[in-house]
Amino acid sequence: MSKEIKSSVPTDREVVFGILNDSKDMLNRLYKSYFPMVLQLVLTNNGNEDDAKDIFQESVIVLYNRVKAGKFELNSKLKTFIYSVCRRLWLKRLSQQSRNIGNVKDFEDFLSVDEDLEQHEEKDKQFKQMEHALKLLGEPCRTIIEDYYIQNRSMQEICEKFGYTNADNAKTQKYKCLQRLKKYFFRHNNLKNEE
Amino acid sequence: MKSDLELTNQIEAYLRGELSSAEQAEFDQLRASNPDIDHKVVEHQNFTKQLSEYGNRRQLAANMDAIHQQLDIIGLKDEVLPKTVQIRNLWKKYRVNTAIAASIAMIAVLSTMLSTGYFSKTISTNYSALRREINNIKRSQNALIKNINNKPVKGPSDPGHFGGTGFALSSNGYVVTNYHVIKDADSVYIQNTKGESFKVKQVYVDPAYDIAVLQIVDPNFKTLPSLPYSFKKATSDLGENVYTIGFPRDDQVIGKGYLSSRTGYDGDSVAYQVDIPVNPGNSGGPLLDNRGNIIGIISGKQTQSDGAAFAIKSKYLLKALEAIPKDLLEDKLVLNKKNTLSNLSPTDQIKKLQDYIFMVKVY
Repeated sequence: MSKEIKSSVPTDREVVFGILNDSKDMLNRLYKSYFPMVLQLVLTNNGNEDDAKDIFQESVIVLYNRVKAGKFELNSKLKTFIYSVCRRLWLKRLSQQSRNIGNVKDFEDFLSVDEDLEQHEEKDKQFKQMEHALKLLGEPCRTIIEDYYIQNRSMQEICEKFGYTNADNAKTQKYKCLQRLKKYFFRHNNLKNEE
Repeated sequence: MKSDLELTNQIEAYLRGELSSAEQAEFDQLRASNPDIDHKVVEHQNFTKQLSEYGNRRQLAANMDAIHQQLDIIGLKDEVLPKTVQIRNLWKKYRVNTAIAASIAMIAVLSTMLSTGYFSKTISTNYSALRREINNIKRSQNALIKNINNKPVKGPSDPGHFGGTGFALSSNGYVVTNYHVIKDADSVYIQNTKGESFKVKQVYVDPAYDIAVLQIVDPNFKTLPSLPYSFKKATSDLGENVYTIGFPRDDQVIGKGYLSSRTGYDGDSVAYQVDIPVNPGNSGGPLLDNRGNIIGIISGKQTQSDGAAFAIKSKYLLKALEAIPKDLLEDKLVLNKKNTLSNLSPTDQIKKLQDYIFMVKVY
């Protein structure tokens, strides 16, 4: 079988531009180039392929957030960055599951990524809160909110989709939904803070 | 409530840049003058940003899942696991060398075995069947015919091409010898100690046990007195004294020895090993114990060691005789069961025996 032309490892600069442009193709090349490295790390340190998948995808999210925040300097190698993030994430998960860590078998150089991970944890928390709040919101509010604020659809489209007689009704509905979402989101937040 | 809704709509329009420049300027002013409204704008902006980040991240995760589905995880695992990678690389790298090394080793071993004669080691090299080749007197066919024409004799005076020994199985003329003595024979005669020759015919041969049963068909043959020896069915004990009578020359020769092993050449369980002096011509001779029982038939010896002669066990002689189809036997073959030798001294035993032992002459 002739393998499809194996997308060569993209240069770091290409990746950064790809991320900034939301290029799916670049995500594909990035994934295929660096996943094996992470798979190796996790498999040789008491993990399985599903762990590797979770860890790697999380590291890509960290990378995306960092690049989109305009902070990815090209003086650290992308490969090293991903490896370091995955290494930290995996160590953390191992200690959470109180599995034997022992000596980590390393395959690459790594650098300290504590700052990135702190930010990531914060974002991760917010993401989970939002996910939870949207779940509580229920239909049709959730779809309206997602369509308007995430997919950036116009009110006109939403009107037609949900069969509102005029845009004002839709706007009122959307407003109520948003208020409820905020309530869920912040209530959850407050509860967490009080704990 | 109403105003709040309107305000939110306005903030949204403002943030999305849907307002005209005049309206925008007016709203900017409102924000600057009213910190409450400004706060609301910032709050809304942050919240919608979080929403869109949530959406982006979900989209990213979905995209990655899709990519992950395309991956050949098992193949990747094979690739990244260090041990398998190492072995595979080693094998790929060295398999040609390995193959060559293996072939050279094979050739070396085989050629060594060949040159040291491992493969040619067969029974024939060490084992010699003891039939005598009689080539001291060579006569042409013409002479033979002349002889026959000149005088009607009891048997041909020609000593034959090969000789061996045989002994009587029953008084009515059945004789046993080795198969290798009479194989390829045109005709076979036997000669007793008195020098009388009788023509015999092959009744039955068993090449596996190296046994041939002959029957005297000569008109001059008179029935023998009843046999003095019997045939031993059981296996004899090691160290038992034994003797044999045979025709390594034209006269009877006695050989004495003892049973040295229960198996014959190369572990052959059909035969005994006997420490006894035997020579070509002894083949087919009886092997008797001290009490005059036939315990075997001398069949050969090992060429490269002393005192290792072999004799087929009498048990297998009896088996071979049982296997003879009834219709091959013209006269009944009844084995003697009574032993009249057991209380006699060795010399007396031999005296009684010698009439029943024949030289087998093969033409």
